[in-house]
Amino acid sequence: MRKISDLFKQELQVINIGLVSFKESLEDVGVKVIQVDWRPSAATDDETKDALQKLLGSK
Amino acid sequence: MVVKGILKEGEYYDSVTLMLVARDVLALEGVEDAAVVMGTEQNKSILETSGILLDMFKNAIDSDLLIAVKAKDEAICDAAIQKAKELLISRHSKMQETGEYMPKSLEGAVDFLPDANMVIISLAGKYASDEAMKALKKGLHVMLFSDNVSIETEIELKQYGKEHGLLVMGPDCGTAIINGAPLCFANVVNRGDIGIVAASGTGLQEVSAVISNEGAGVSQAIGTGGRDVKKDVGGIMFIEGIKALEEDPETKYIALVSKPPHPGVLEKVASLIKTEIKKPVVGIFLGGDPKIVEEAGAIPANTLEEAGLIAASFSKGKSMDEFKQLLEAREKELLNLAEKESKNKTATQKFVRGLYTGGTLCDEAMLISRTIIGEVYGNAPLNPQFKLEDSWRSKENTFVDLGEDEFTVGRPHPMIDFTLRNKKILEEVNDKEVAVILLDVVLGYGSNMQPGDELNPIIKQAKEIAEKEGRNITFVCTITGTDKDPQGRGKVKQQLEDAGALIMPSNAAASKLASYIVKNLGGVK
Repeated sequence: MRKISDLFKQELQVINIGLVSFKESLEDVGVKVIQVDWRPSAATDDETKDALQKLLGSK
Repeated sequence: MVVKGILKEGEYYDSVTLMLVARDVLALEGVEDAAVVMGTEQNKSILETSGILLDMFKNAIDSDLLIAVKAKDEAICDAAIQKAKELLISRHSKMQETGEYMPKSLEGAVDFLPDANMVIISLAGKYASDEAMKALKKGLHVMLFSDNVSIETEIELKQYGKEHGLLVMGPDCGTAIINGAPLCFANVVNRGDIGIVAASGTGLQEVSAVISNEGAGVSQAIGTGGRDVKKDVGGIMFIEGIKALEEDPETKYIALVSKPPHPGVLEKVASLIKTEIKKPVVGIFLGGDPKIVEEAGAIPANTLEEAGLIAASFSKGKSMDEFKQLLEAREKELLNLAEKESKNKTATQKFVRGLYTGGTLCDEAMLISRTIIGEVYGNAPLNPQFKLEDSWRSKENTFVDLGEDEFTVGRPHPMIDFTLRNKKILEEVNDKEVAVILLDVVLGYGSNMQPGDELNPIIKQAKEIAEKEGRNITFVCTITGTDKDPQGRGKVKQQLEDAGALIMPSNAAASKLASYIVKNLGGVK
């Protein structure tokens, strides 16, 4: 099993999902960070998800 | 009045971008009301209450962008909508201008950055939990900034994290410092040998800033989110965080920061300290009974400042006596300053108005002032009997937390956007009973980048308004931050002093000074 304390010995490398300013401030202090160009997919919209599940017979 | 708007299908923007655009649109001449939001049910209901829910918005879904403007005439509406579109385009193209690769998913990001070890998530709640679990299953540590995540999901995520040795900070975790990097709303502090576990965001910021300003430093600062130490979650990450700091060779001292945990959680923490933790521990559980932690062998602190000072004293090899002398000297200075400030007030001036942006700082200020001037009114008072009937109207001694939902729906947090507090300052100054206005200024990434530029003219204006009527209002400010922060503590301090404000080294000192002045004036319960 991993340990949280192992993280403290590694170089911090971050994936940022959401506010771009969080990525920018990490870059400012030299942390390697990648921004996900996230947007809700049709499948994460509840109504569509329900409809898809019904259509695929999983509900 | 005319209401006009547009709907753009499938155009997603994060909430802060939208709020900042909405703020700029609202500031346009002739615009009465404006909203730039995603088409969620909650947003649609806010638009309906404000009378700007257009028919075309009624079937909008979460991924649709809605822009609505209420203005004097159609031309102003059209111009405002155009302005909103331009602002959104400029913000989006700023990201794309750099030409860097932006994967569309967490999976894509991991392919691109295979050594990634931390994921920061600041999406709306239901999306945030899905992404957090995906990240954990990929073996990544998580910082969950989002706040609207269910307690069941929080427990599920944290159990999974605990079983797999992964950190789950949040939900509703605004700040952390991992390997020297400030995450989200954090301050830039010295690196050092003090590790912090905190279930309070601004509490973590205040303690880490005090440590750094004292010349000591922070190894790691783990934010758990406030719910972690409540009964249901049971302190899962608070406890894992302490254990991780005990194992970390860079950490020599441990500071624990929280509002009062559930008694069961506090017992677990105390038992852990007693049986497994060999490193010195200082704990501040704001408003809680310090005995149980003391009995476990930790040092209880009375204020956030004290927690930071004690940890810094350990780190710098100073004795507790030296620390106590420092506090005594500060106390004398505060009493002298209060004496001086209370002399230039009129007979009507006797109350303090605290206008806070940091919730924990507001709580701490109320706890401190209660011992000097008695209970104070507020929107989230310590004693429910002192809850303001109307949060917008202060009375007698009042401390307001402007970060509470009632003030923040549809607008950026008051740490970022000073508009609301500036308006409140100018209202308070017209009250002839007000002697002191107490303000917090929280620096660091994520906060307002020009706090001095924005507050200086307001403080000056407020002082002038009062002086015209022969009154002198004392502004007492605390600045949570360091000189390494992008805003620069020294620069902000100078700007506020230039406006005539008194700047204290901590929130505890600021709230004491404000309370001592009021006590001298007889504004006590």
